[in-house]
Amino acid sequence: MTSELNKKKEHSVDARSLEKDQMKQKRKEWEIEYKKLIEKHPERLQKFMTTSSTTINRIYDKTDLPSDWNYFSDLGYPGGFPFTRGVQPTMYRGRLWTMRQFAGFGGAEETNERFKFLLKSGMTGLSVAFHLPTIYGRESDHLMSLGEVGKLGVAIDTLKDMEILFNGIPLDKVTTSMTINAPAGILLAMYIAVAEKQGIRPDQIGGTIQNDILKEFIAQKSYIFPPKPSMRIITDIIKYCSEFVPRWNTISISGYHIREAGSTAVQELAFTLVDGLEYVKWAINAGMDIDDFAPRLSFFFNSHNDFFEEVAKYRAARRIWARHIQQYNPKNQRSLWLRFHTQTAGCSLTAQQPNNNIVRTTIQALAAILGGTQSLHTNSLDEALALPSEEAVEIALRTQQIIAHESGVTNTIDPLAGSYFIESLTNDMEEKTEEYFEKIEKLGGVIPAIEKGFFQQEIANAAYQYQKEIEQKQRLIIGVNEYNKNEKIEVPLLSIGEDIAERQIARLHQTKQERNKKTVEAALEKIRLAASGTDNLMPHFLEAVKAYASVGEICDVLREVFGEWKGDQLF
Amino acid sequence: MTRKIRILLAKPGLDGHDRGVKVVARALRDAGMEVIYTGLHKSSEQIVEAALQEDVDVIGLSSLSGAHMALFPRIMELLEKNKMIDDTLVIAGGIIPDIDIPELKKIGITGLFGPGTDTDEIADYINSNLKRPL
Repeated sequence: MTSELNKKKEHSVDARSLEKDQMKQKRKEWEIEYKKLIEKHPERLQKFMTTSSTTINRIYDKTDLPSDWNYFSDLGYPGGFPFTRGVQPTMYRGRLWTMRQFAGFGGAEETNERFKFLLKSGMTGLSVAFHLPTIYGRESDHLMSLGEVGKLGVAIDTLKDMEILFNGIPLDKVTTSMTINAPAGILLAMYIAVAEKQGIRPDQIGGTIQNDILKEFIAQKSYIFPPKPSMRIITDIIKYCSEFVPRWNTISISGYHIREAGSTAVQELAFTLVDGLEYVKWAINAGMDIDDFAPRLSFFFNSHNDFFEEVAKYRAARRIWARHIQQYNPKNQRSLWLRFHTQTAGCSLTAQQPNNNIVRTTIQALAAILGGTQSLHTNSLDEALALPSEEAVEIALRTQQIIAHESGVTNTIDPLAGSYFIESLTNDMEEKTEEYFEKIEKLGGVIPAIEKGFFQQEIANAAYQYQKEIEQKQRLIIGVNEYNKNEKIEVPLLSIGEDIAERQIARLHQTKQERNKKTVEAALEKIRLAASGTDNLMPHFLEAVKAYASVGEICDVLREVFGEWKGDQLF
Repeated sequence: MTRKIRILLAKPGLDGHDRGVKVVARALRDAGMEVIYTGLHKSSEQIVEAALQEDVDVIGLSSLSGAHMALFPRIMELLEKNKMIDDTLVIAGGIIPDIDIPELKKIGITGLFGPGTDTDEIADYINSNLKRPL
């Protein structure tokens, strides 16, 4: 019986390779005919390429897939290894993605109002942007904070501000994503403290801190401390949350900023995943079990203009992650899941003819959804120039709702699977990512590669090439280098006045007056001790923020112990 | 043969957006200039000090965070104080709202380059507006 089965199998393998040989022959014939044709009528472009400058073939068929390509091992079913088709079996037939719009500007009062407006409009998760002084661990009245207070996000100095930010929002009913990195543990401690004041326990709250310091060194550049102590803080947070805040996503491993800094899609994918694997290594080395933390790692990707390239990127991401995490022998299947948030590409938006940005965002959102995203932020049409207006934010949210409820693309799971083009691009993404992994390994790993400026230079090169392609018109951007019209681009004033800064600084001073100075000093001293030793920093952050120590004060203590990262001057 | 134009490209304040400044740095280098890039998170004092040390013809400021009106005037003041204002061309790029342009021109920052600018345009502007001879 078995031998008969084997025979049958062999036969079908023979039949398949025969079919493939025939296809190769037919394809060759077709290409010859094609070349004859274009001698008379040349193709429209010299080179057909993706947004990432990857060359695209005239056509794709079976012969573009590797000979050992196999549905079960390369795709599988949704919810099954290697998760190419999606992490959950039900995907959007079960539950739609979370529509999560990033917001934060001015003081805590203004952002609190915007949150309430967004929740009323049907948004299902909060997302907080912080102003630069908070991101860099500086108080609002620090010299370097000049001109920045409340500008790019909400100003948070102490727990007092955080209490106002979430006033009237029950923290057990919403999930909150906080875009914060170097001081992430401190802001999470504040969130836990606000919840406690609402009578909500740490194990009842849910959300995400970005907490991805590696991509800060690589792309976004809001680092404070050098790489190694930064990784130690992150490992402390992962450990603490696995025990006390189990519903919290401890790192949002982010490619978004890598892409915004000018990388290609492959670089975004490869650098993000290599960062993710680095966090895993550190947590494992700290003695944790893969299942204790891997299910709480989440990812954050960009969605740029090139529709198929983006879809392939998400599908490849899931497969590569699952294959690498498998090596740690997880018992919980969720450890293998690459869950991700997507934001449409801010860098693709144009200041020229801004209404066109609605169309760009729609295409990008569609790619993210067909790529199986778990949550999505759609950019507003005016974001190339300013913080979005309320009307623009509403259109962006409606874009998602129209795709979800009117387009029909959510009716079936991973509808693009099996397309020769998509599968070939997906393979290609995986192959090139593995090549990058090898290159980085040869440089000594992620941190040595950062120290050598490897990632930074790769991204700068890609950004420069992209700009040159635009200037030489090898790449057309509608309204910028083609179909432009004589229009006056009006750059609106950032509506954040200096009164916000004055109010914020006054509140900081008042909070400092009202708090117990001795308690604060003692708490800061404990942080200094823990930082110099090996004690987990999180309980000490919690104690300090409850005493109304500021983000700036806590970071100053850490600066003294850990030192500061100086960055690069590469271009 | 004349010497090369020397330009300092700087990122004042906490703003971390460096994609634009790096692309401009490379384009100006390709256009034959000597480019010095400060790196991120520089105070106004550090920028003027670097310009003095490097003896540059041009300073290019990049700001995308909205802090330019707090930082640029301070830099111009320091240039004045160090007697560099008369022979240093100062240009700026990034996100600069229209309403701020007259004020920036008044303090001497006349070359302003927003999103979508061709890098050739920046090089041309520098070539024809230098304040001291090469």
